[in-house]
Amino acid sequence: MTEALGCEHVSKRYGETVANRDVSISVKKGSAHALVGENGAGKSTLMRILYGLERADEGQVRVGGEVVRPSVELSLERGVGMVHQHFMLVPTLTVAENVVLGREPRRGPLVDLKRAERELAAVAERYKLSVDPKRLVGDLSVGEAQRVEILKVLYRGARTLILDEPTAMLTPPEVDQLIAMLRGLVAGGDTVLIVTHKLGEVLALADEITVLRRGEVVDRRSTDGLSAASLGQALVGRSLPALPKRTRAIEAGERLRLADVAIDREDGTRALDGLSLTVAPGEILGVAGVEGNGQRELAAVAAGLLRPARGSVHMGGRDATRLDVAERHALGLGFVPEDRHEEGLLLDAPLWESYYLGREAAYGSSMVIPQALVVEDAAKKMATFDVRPADPWAHARGLSGGNQQKVLLLRELARRPTTLVCAQPTRGVDIGAIAEIHASLLALADEGAGILLVSAELDEIFAIADRVVVLYRGKLVLEQALGAGDDRDALRARIGGAMLGVAHT
Amino acid sequence: MILLVAFVAALVRISVPYALAALGGTMSEKSGVVQIALEGMLLVGAFSAVVSADATGSATLGIVGGALAGGLLALVYALVVLWLSTDQIVTGVAINLLADGLTRYLLKVRYDSASNSPRVEALSIHPLVHGGELVEALTHPLVLGTIGLCFLVAFILKRTVFGLRLRAVGEHPDAARTLGVDPRRVRLFALVIGGLLAGAGGAYLAAEQRQFVSGMSAGRGYIALAAMIFGRWRVWPAVAACLLFGAAEALQIRMQTQGGLLPGWAVQMLPYVLTLVVLGVAGKGKRRGHGGGNAPAALGKSL
Amino acid sequence: MKRLDRIALWLVPLLGALLVTSILIRAAGRSPAEIYRLLIIGTWGNAYGIGQVLFKATPLLFTGLSVALAQRAGLFNVGAEGQITVGAFAAGLCGAYLPAGTPALLAVPACLVCAALGGALVGVVPGWMKARRGAHEVITTIMLNFVVRAAMVGLGALVFERESVHTKPIIAGARLARLSGFVAPLRGSAANLGLVVALVVVGATVWWVERTRVGFHLRAVGAQPKVARAAGLDPARITILAFVLAGAIAGLGGANFVLGYKYYYEDGFSGGVGFVGIAVAVLGGLHPVKLIAAALLFGTLAQGALAVNAVCPKEIIDVLQAVLIIAAAVTTAAQLRAGRTSS
Repeated sequence: MTEALGCEHVSKRYGETVANRDVSISVKKGSAHALVGENGAGKSTLMRILYGLERADEGQVRVGGEVVRPSVELSLERGVGMVHQHFMLVPTLTVAENVVLGREPRRGPLVDLKRAERELAAVAERYKLSVDPKRLVGDLSVGEAQRVEILKVLYRGARTLILDEPTAMLTPPEVDQLIAMLRGLVAGGDTVLIVTHKLGEVLALADEITVLRRGEVVDRRSTDGLSAASLGQALVGRSLPALPKRTRAIEAGERLRLADVAIDREDGTRALDGLSLTVAPGEILGVAGVEGNGQRELAAVAAGLLRPARGSVHMGGRDATRLDVAERHALGLGFVPEDRHEEGLLLDAPLWESYYLGREAAYGSSMVIPQALVVEDAAKKMATFDVRPADPWAHARGLSGGNQQKVLLLRELARRPTTLVCAQPTRGVDIGAIAEIHASLLALADEGAGILLVSAELDEIFAIADRVVVLYRGKLVLEQALGAGDDRDALRARIGGAMLGVAHT
Repeated sequence: MILLVAFVAALVRISVPYALAALGGTMSEKSGVVQIALEGMLLVGAFSAVVSADATGSATLGIVGGALAGGLLALVYALVVLWLSTDQIVTGVAINLLADGLTRYLLKVRYDSASNSPRVEALSIHPLVHGGELVEALTHPLVLGTIGLCFLVAFILKRTVFGLRLRAVGEHPDAARTLGVDPRRVRLFALVIGGLLAGAGGAYLAAEQRQFVSGMSAGRGYIALAAMIFGRWRVWPAVAACLLFGAAEALQIRMQTQGGLLPGWAVQMLPYVLTLVVLGVAGKGKRRGHGGGNAPAALGKSL
Repeated sequence: MKRLDRIALWLVPLLGALLVTSILIRAAGRSPAEIYRLLIIGTWGNAYGIGQVLFKATPLLFTGLSVALAQRAGLFNVGAEGQITVGAFAAGLCGAYLPAGTPALLAVPACLVCAALGGALVGVVPGWMKARRGAHEVITTIMLNFVVRAAMVGLGALVFERESVHTKPIIAGARLARLSGFVAPLRGSAANLGLVVALVVVGATVWWVERTRVGFHLRAVGAQPKVARAAGLDPARITILAFVLAGAIAGLGGANFVLGYKYYYEDGFSGGVGFVGIAVAVLGGLHPVKLIAAALLFGTLAQGALAVNAVCPKEIIDVLQAVLIIAAAVTTAAQLRAGRTSS
């Protein structure tokens, strides 16, 4: 079979971080190829290089078997289309305008919108992707917007589709629809290259897979006879080191309680819908779910960044509903936000400043920063947590993800929290640091703190949580105690089903 | 009745430079580039119109010269902010200072005056129909041209391929880029066209007085900017805001001669206060920008 | 970044700016070299020139610091022009209406406080509108500049001396002494103790921003507001505070003219120092030495314009100034890009 798209020895660095190292892949014409790997494995970068949005530092890209200098224009010309992880849609334009942008049917200098709508309808009809061409994209649901993204590519006559995590925001029926549609395309001779980290999708769609880990290809194989378990192992490629045993039982009482909390997003959709949960002293409560089902808002409302539209939040036995983050600190809150770059650390300031931020009162009441004191304290803490470099004057931006996460955690632990709201604490963090972070969370729970652990990694929840709840469309759909004797595979299936909104009885 | 007719005539004449500059601003900002240099473009437009008419003896070429000067200044702005990625506000402020200094300098070099050029009769533009004040105002070629340009700009933005791309680039340049539309090129054209429009507005100012006076734009570029925000980056509401501000000014002139309810300085303040009130009331909408709704999402962000 | 590149980053835009200006001077049939020579000797060539440079640099220190402080809080203050105007007006009124015998020790601080309050009053508006209503401060400050300009006409009508555009003179006790009283060769120049006030305010502000808790909060909010919020800070409050301070600092700049030079408030005194302050801030940032150097540079241009006027229209210096601002913006943008790719 001939090749539709491929690359050889591609490397790409951003400053100190290596996104891709010596990557070679080959996607056969008329096949579905899955590129899998964890967050931060370099999948998106590779896709952007193949499509011509980024230039590789080294290596070459082939389109239709021919070595090319990739560019967006060339991709469009050769029938390669890309569906991006973050929608590349203009919300203020209509569906038809979005689809034809850059390749508008013209009547003189004018856009022939009538023809655009007609042509779009024809494409939509052919691929069974119905959507009203006159509607504003800003008014569409996520699933509909996704359809427009794909229509955009198909309208341009693309025969090779690159899809970057197209299902992350979709509901299960939408996912099934998408997979079926993509299968139809492949059956018709088109080529699909899909990025995902969901094993079920890979097995349902792909003929071949390439596994990327930390920027490198670690495995490539056919999906024939592949099981979810063996694929999972290939994907993660490791088992977490043994964690310390818990020394203290969960106590009665509550550290954090949410009662009937509802949150609306800016666009008016409901992010959390009548959610109630309790975290007991000494307990780690894991929150699982497909991204975009309310986890982000749950962490924000627990920490005090968001006010609930309805319901109440209690912390340390007190009503904290109307308190902001600083006021909740006084009630024992520690908060590790999901995105350490955007919300966690001062990237271009010395680490000790990030460590000090919001904890000024811990060093006395002087309005002048007791710099020597803070720096010394930061240095000591960083050394014991093995932050590299353990230099309080280093800037956060230059540190690896794991070390950044450690500094962030150090700050929040330094508050001596009795309630820790912790979102994605090990996203994009290397294995060694994951173990250390997990150990420190367990130690905190052993001191009697209650921890709300929001994580996209089920393995992380299995490793350290005492109980798991599953969020689906802003509601709790499953609650399950976790113990050493659990049948992990059965649990995984049950939780996985709940994450996709499949009711279990 | 006679008073009203005179008032409307004055309002129309006063609103022309506002409208042209606001159209230029809308064109530029819809593409995602902040345009606070309208003031400078009015100024160079006015100066260039006088010099062009003086040199060629043609009023038409004077107006063309004014527009071209505005376009040229916009081109400089565009090259600096789009290709050297400078801060759009700092650069815009500098362009305004540049236009102010440059016109004063050239005024001295060419006409040896610190305050104004001599009258250039060649820049006289006569109404197509002679008659009452209002008839003359409405049949003034530049007034008619401005009305035509309002329709044209609205039409370009709404219906043409260029307009579609311009709007897309102002909202989501990356989306345009992934479809092979180069945001920089689109923005360059948008800015230059915007400069041509504002330059024409300056030419009108000069044509009204048949001479150039130092600093004669007198804040009109900023009022046009306010009108554009007032109109939420849409052509017709922006034009309506220009008429509103023009009405306030016409009223002020009327009151200065006759005395009235509001002192002149209060009327002068009006456009700015109204804009502030609109921004304050608009509040935190879903979409931000200059504040208030409907600002292009990518406004002010470097590529 | 290599050292050579760093120098080139400054040198290329600077030479570009000089080139553009030279072409314009040439176009008028004058010699650029001669103009630049006059510019230098007319300013730094004699004690009087130096004194005048210091005088012109003083308000720029205030407005530059005002813009730079707001910038550290992530805000763009285009409103220093309006702030300094109201500051000067407030200082002038205070100085004029204090009891005639008020000792300097009381009168001067009272006028300075009024100047700061006047500026802060103009500053709080965009601060509040940004923090609470999400209105972009660039637009609100531009609008406020014009509101202030018109309001001054209205207020002026109430308090200006008959047939003039200035207030009645301030009392003797409210005057800031000329520097020539301490450094004799500066005789004749308008440089006054306002410069000392400026240096103290620059030093205090930089120290406050770098070393105190609230200053740290201001920096954190300016750099990464989401990080600050997640750590328990209130970015809205800090935004308002930053704008109040920026307004107060710009307002103090009015003292230089009113308390140190003319001894009354006069309409149109500012001559665009609020806008040139943006240039000073772009070049100097919140770094004391760089800020002072930038203020001196633009002070030199302002004074130098008068020195070249005999040979070439002084407006050429306004052109040079504008082109230099663009050059500085180009350098800043290039540094930002270089910083991004190397880290």
